[in-house]
Amino acid sequence: MALTVPTALDVRLALDPFDPHAELAAFGASHDAAGGIVSFLGKVRAGEGVEALELRHFAPLTLPGMETLAKDAAARWVLDGLLIIHRSGVMAPGDPIVLVAAAARHRRDAFAAADFAMDHLKGDSWFWKRERANGAWRWIEPRAEDHVDRARWA
Amino acid sequence: MAKLLFLGRLEDAAGGAERDLPLAAPTALADVLAMLEPGLAQAAAGARIRLALNGALVPADGLVLADADELAFLPPVSGG
Repeated sequence: MALTVPTALDVRLALDPFDPHAELAAFGASHDAAGGIVSFLGKVRAGEGVEALELRHFAPLTLPGMETLAKDAAARWVLDGLLIIHRSGVMAPGDPIVLVAAAARHRRDAFAAADFAMDHLKGDSWFWKRERANGAWRWIEPRAEDHVDRARWA
Repeated sequence: MAKLLFLGRLEDAAGGAERDLPLAAPTALADVLAMLEPGLAQAAAGARIRLALNGALVPADGLVLADADELAFLPPVSGG
């Protein structure tokens, strides 16, 4: 029987701004032996008159749900490590919202795990999003594409 | 006193993220909803609204709210 090393999971709900470059550097340093690292950084889009974006979470469910998602990804692909950081709170255009990084021996595992994690963070994690434009806040409804994105993994 | 939490767009319908609800006795969900304004009750009872009782997801069927309970109304999520 092959020896399986548990994937190192680092899952965080960030209530304050985080530095994605420092996080990625630290993740890379702690997974020196990985053949590759795939990362995705989601940021608040600039333009379209958006002045601010706010993400709300529900403490009893949000982080536990993110942890379950990370475990699911680690069970589906062979990973050395998986990092998920998701903001909650008010952000300005250009601010980081979410950082996902997957370290693996082989690139396809890393690409797939990062893609899977993002689709599920967007589509079925416990966050609610609203944006402020022209001084007025408006809640953002889930998009039909999010459901289609998620269905790819069924 | 029980507490109701309104997440996402339900916060706008409720005019606030939470409200206290005095309960004389354990109260069924339908009766809790009947204590709210009609517009809010209708939004909170929507088919896509999930419920969490004291932080754990629960089905709407058979739900009874007791004193000191916290009931959260969770509309469809939109993260990332």
